[in-house]
Amino acid sequence: MTTKREKPTELVPLLRTMWLIRAFEEKVSALYAARQIVGLLHLGIGQEAVAVGTCGLLRTDDYVFGGHRSHGHAIAKGADINRLMAEIAGRATGYCAGKGGSMHIVAMEAGFVTATGVVGGTIPLALGAAFAAKETGKGQVAVVFFGDGAGQAGPFHESLNIASLWRLPVIFVCENNGYAEFTPLSAHTLVERLARHAQTYNIPSSTVDGKDLLRVRDAVAEAVRHARAGKGPAFVECLTHRLRGHYEGDPAKYRELSQLAEWKSKDPIARFIRELKRKKALSDQEVEAIEDEARDLVERAAEFAIASPWPAEEEVDSQVTA
Amino acid sequence: MRELAYYEAKFEALHEIMAGDERVHLINGTFLSLSPHRHVYQELVKKYPDRIMSPPISELGFCGLATGAAMAGLRPVVDISTGSFIFEGWPQVANEAANAFSMSGGQTRVPVVFHLFHGLRGGGAAQHSASPQAMLWNNPGLEIALPSSPRDVKGLLKTAVASDNPTIFVDHVQLLEVKGEVPENDAPIPFGVADVKRQGSDVTVISTSYMVQRCLRVAEKLSAEKISVEVVDPRTLVPFDMATLMTSVEKTGRVVIVDETHQSCGVAAEIAARIAETGFDKLKAPPRRVATLDVPVPYSPPLEEYIGPREDRIIEAIRAVLR
Repeated sequence: MTTKREKPTELVPLLRTMWLIRAFEEKVSALYAARQIVGLLHLGIGQEAVAVGTCGLLRTDDYVFGGHRSHGHAIAKGADINRLMAEIAGRATGYCAGKGGSMHIVAMEAGFVTATGVVGGTIPLALGAAFAAKETGKGQVAVVFFGDGAGQAGPFHESLNIASLWRLPVIFVCENNGYAEFTPLSAHTLVERLARHAQTYNIPSSTVDGKDLLRVRDAVAEAVRHARAGKGPAFVECLTHRLRGHYEGDPAKYRELSQLAEWKSKDPIARFIRELKRKKALSDQEVEAIEDEARDLVERAAEFAIASPWPAEEEVDSQVTA
Repeated sequence: MRELAYYEAKFEALHEIMAGDERVHLINGTFLSLSPHRHVYQELVKKYPDRIMSPPISELGFCGLATGAAMAGLRPVVDISTGSFIFEGWPQVANEAANAFSMSGGQTRVPVVFHLFHGLRGGGAAQHSASPQAMLWNNPGLEIALPSSPRDVKGLLKTAVASDNPTIFVDHVQLLEVKGEVPENDAPIPFGVADVKRQGSDVTVISTSYMVQRCLRVAEKLSAEKISVEVVDPRTLVPFDMATLMTSVEKTGRVVIVDETHQSCGVAAEIAARIAETGFDKLKAPPRRVATLDVPVPYSPPLEEYIGPREDRIIEAIRAVLR
């Protein structure tokens, strides 16, 4: 579990996953621009270090819950990118047979229980999975990803209180990207660091640079240890930034360009590559090969998705109730 | 046959459910509202202290917790208690639990039960008297059961907990003291099977929940006037047993629907529409609804009584369809 003992070369798969997510989302964006994917899309390009830093530490049977910007979380937890791309394209071969789409990814076999289109909607659900884990005693934990926008919503506060009160093995991972939908966080709350709310509810917390994969990984490793040991919930706030607007097609004029330019130099992928090279775990050729391989896999996923059939009309009421 | 009070039959079911399945947890409430029979709940708590949870007053939190626990393999039963409070947990019930199975393409099952007491309770006023089942019927993905007798509450509750779907269990405090026959070792009552509570030949009265008891009293009264009333209880709204209803409608050709949800877009409205679409040609008179008037529930006793499906209004509707 602890990241300290790892050899640098053992970290290379994490770069592969980050590239897979980045390439996947760039492809989704391109398909959207080409009108080959139609639907409400939210991309998390630039936030990959949080997904990979967290999910890389989890067991397959640990429960992960996401939000409306969760392609990366699902991939990091081990979801199949062909079925994921097909779902986002609304095809019958998608994870949810085309009924869920980009905001409602479910990959049960990978332990990605569900995402939600509602800000904060999965936070209480993650509590439930943690409750089930505690009751069945298999040592699983539940992780829920949400943005800073959820910190002002009721389910966030009700859930932190119950998780603390019942010592549930749940890890709250807040991706504080500074923007709640279209407006800066300062327009929504005077509480700049969401981890302060965790302190209110007696939940151990940390705030880390979410663009630095290894810092995220260290903080989450500590949180997972705490939760698995039966000590209750933990809260990790990751300061990050998305490079796209709130949704695809969002002109994003509210994002100051100077801020963007500054941030691009801190790209979590570029940063992790620099780190791996410094540790001599990676050559230039290997870096290139990893990116190429990711783009290749994603290209094939896109071909699979676009070639897949649409869901049949008679399927529309096949799964209303079990 | 053995006779039990409704609350006794309900708790017999809870004991059998808890004994039969370790995955079942009871969350919040006492399943008794303000009934004086608290001791039956305390007995249950004494027997299963680790599987009966009392969360803080956080409906969003614990409705979501129960939903998530169901997704992860447990079978939680939540007591919302006063039906109006489901609005506090509404996003988790209506937008998460109800949608999950379809939205996941069948990957996610949500075997959770939300139990609540609906309707006019005597002085509950507008914020403690809601009958949210019509709104919930308008929300695909949920099953909805409404018992009206001791035998039904036991049999339907067992089926609700065994169901793989999120289920709304709609109860009524006025039913708790009702007595009725409950056979020993009675089988669970399957959803989607209506029950003809009283045979009759002149008019079909379709009613749900506590209104079934009221309609049975009305039917008894009218029998003195040689008016033969058939009382049909759908028992579940989702799934809905249209066939049993239509058999009765075809026999009588006259229909009154009595239900405690508000009149507009209410349970009675939906049933009337279905009957009109299915068997307009079988009807000898326009169907009549007796529902709660479209006003927020008032506090004062005479006003509260006035807005509900009162006996005199039911009798008047029956006479109207017989004309």
